[in-house]
Amino acid sequence: MERNPMRRQLASMRKSLFDQGYLDEQFMELEQLLDDANPNFVEEVVTLYYRDSARLILNLDRALERRPLDFSKLDGLMHQFKGSSSSIGAKKVKAESTLFREYCKSGNAEGCMRTFQQLKKEYATLRKKLETYFQLARQIGPMESANRPK
Amino acid sequence: MTVEQIGSEGKDQFPIGMRVLAVDDDPTCLLLLGTLLRRCQYHVTTTSQAKTALKMLRENKNKFDLVISDVHMPDMDGFKLLEHVGLEMDLPVIMLSANGDTKLVMKGITHGACDYLLKPVRIEELQNIWQHVVRRKKKDRCNSGSKDKPHPDSGEAAGIGNVDNNGKLNKKRKDQNEDEDDERDENGHDNEDPSAQKKPRVVWSVELHRKFVAAVNQLGIDKAVPKKILELMNVEKLTRENVASHLQKFRLYLKRISCVANQQANMAAALGTADSAYLRMGSLNGLGNFHTLAGSDQLHNAAFRSFPPSGVLGRLNTPAGLGIRGLPSPGTIQLGHVQNSGNPTNDLSKLQSFVPGNHNTNILQGMPMSLELDRLQHNKSVGHIGELPTTDSTTVFPGSGNLVDARITGFSNNPLLGVTSNSLMLEGSSQQATSHTSVSAIGFQNGNALSDFTSIAPASNQLQDSKAGSQGQASPINCNAGQIIRSAPQEWNAPRKDAPYQSHASINSSIPINSAMIQLGQCLDRNNSIFHRTTDLDSVGPLNFVDPLSIKHGEGDNSIMEPSVIEKEGYLMFQPRPHGSHVPDNIGSLEDLASAMMKQEGGCNGYSLRTSI
Repeated sequence: MERNPMRRQLASMRKSLFDQGYLDEQFMELEQLLDDANPNFVEEVVTLYYRDSARLILNLDRALERRPLDFSKLDGLMHQFKGSSSSIGAKKVKAESTLFREYCKSGNAEGCMRTFQQLKKEYATLRKKLETYFQLARQIGPMESANRPK
Repeated sequence: MTVEQIGSEGKDQFPIGMRVLAVDDDPTCLLLLGTLLRRCQYHVTTTSQAKTALKMLRENKNKFDLVISDVHMPDMDGFKLLEHVGLEMDLPVIMLSANGDTKLVMKGITHGACDYLLKPVRIEELQNIWQHVVRRKKKDRCNSGSKDKPHPDSGEAAGIGNVDNNGKLNKKRKDQNEDEDDERDENGHDNEDPSAQKKPRVVWSVELHRKFVAAVNQLGIDKAVPKKILELMNVEKLTRENVASHLQKFRLYLKRISCVANQQANMAAALGTADSAYLRMGSLNGLGNFHTLAGSDQLHNAAFRSFPPSGVLGRLNTPAGLGIRGLPSPGTIQLGHVQNSGNPTNDLSKLQSFVPGNHNTNILQGMPMSLELDRLQHNKSVGHIGELPTTDSTTVFPGSGNLVDARITGFSNNPLLGVTSNSLMLEGSSQQATSHTSVSAIGFQNGNALSDFTSIAPASNQLQDSKAGSQGQASPINCNAGQIIRSAPQEWNAPRKDAPYQSHASINSSIPINSAMIQLGQCLDRNNSIFHRTTDLDSVGPLNFVDPLSIKHGEGDNSIMEPSVIEKEGYLMFQPRPHGSHVPDNIGSLEDLASAMMKQEGGCNGYSLRTSI
């Protein structure tokens, strides 16, 4: 009963994440893997992602401080980052990664730096939103969150 | 990394319970992949380290049915892992990457992948991967049964999966149908897993591979047919099929290397220096253009310049491995990271001065090889080196083996050598072969360039008889090389990664090259098969054609080389010698190269040594 409004809220939160382009279908794929054995699978993956990608972000930051920029290294790092991000369905983050790599390929330092700032913003925004989402989901109950509208 | 050892109970309900080994350095992706696979009801073992994966596979080839691996991994190139698995275990391997470039996919195919998936992977794609296992088993059965090769083409992967890891090879070699048929049945006499359906696999040990390469060389790569190779090798219990299969892989490897060499050449051309020269070289697969190189200073410069000493050194020191180990992806080692902004001209002249005398062919061979690292970011260097005509020592390098020796000694006398953090490398190299020591040491001096100069200068004097200027340059080159090397790979301690070094880059490149060359020369042993080398190394599989550096530097110092290091991309590319001289496939180790180089005069045609760093 009390859960209904919460569930509704959760559903609407989720929907807006998709509608606003923060997440893509890959996130749904993750959700499909939820089951009794892995009730918090999505949250686990996302947590792992943020933990691991923090390292990549740090390396990227450092690499962007060097002069001159080592585009191939930046590209390599971003490639990894993009792979992770796409695995959780982080749509906007992934788009920024792609843009970043384009700039790397064309040797556009300013473009790279600008895009990276943008990427970090999207990354942080998504993180906050997902944290809120998972928090609510946990409140409702593990299996409840699995009942999502398809 | 989680490991789940599963028994074989799943076989009855195949594909349920199919045993998959998943390798990906990205924990997020690995977790996702593992979960997806489990959802498909496979038995999954995951690891984030390619080396660990290889280890597990080697422990028991029967433990897994299928391997899925990421392409982009820090400790080992996914393609290398793919090759190893294909060669050693003959298991189907699926590549995984976020990058779906046609070129990469093609590369996966040529390396023998039976499929190439894009990240993020979806469960639907994984639900059908069992087909690759079935296909392979069927192929094996057919092979052991009859000579016909049924290629059950059930899909795009079919073509690839049909041939042992070298699907493309299959298609390319229609004329060798017979061989292919035999090849499938690569199972040889040594039994790794004697099952009723599979014949025991032949293990291509270093020794065996060495013989193989020697036989191929003797016959000439174009004329090498399994039957004759078999006769020449004269090994008991080796069947023509085993040889045929191995030969096919070997050819594939050479082809791949030559492609890379060509690419390198193109890249070099792009650099703008002596484009024509490079291209020419490229076309020759880097083998023949020695003359060209000698002729044009620019060429040399370009080549050397771009040749990141680190790359060379990295390779040389593979055994030393120390330096390499630290290096992250091959890129660092590979020259690519070295920013050589030096004057091409300088390099060239220097290089030339150094080079002469070495059995250049060998050296050069080595060089291109290293340069040809797939990953080399900086093509320029790669292009050149690859181009170096390893094939004919006669051409460019006027000197004789003496130079090489001289150089080596000169270097070894260099007090500076071996001092730095790179000293590891130095040590490593020294271990490998005394002769090599000096060479490797060259690059790794954390010390002052100046000091290097002084010490090297005398050495260089000996070496250079032709170019006056070179002497002085020799030392700087060395120093630079060291510096460059240092600076290039970020992992390495490059105390000074700055510009000043870069300016010397060009110079340095020549040195490292020389050293590399020298080492290579030393290692070049006609009959050394790089393949063999790999066996010495833990991680290196039998098919590391290339690795001259990592190859036994010292016969036995493989321990120095970390598998990871070795596996790095340093490819000393074997240039499939267009000139028809014996194929230097055997570059088993640096020592071998060196010795081979010393011995032979015209033999080494474009060996591309793949140094896996």
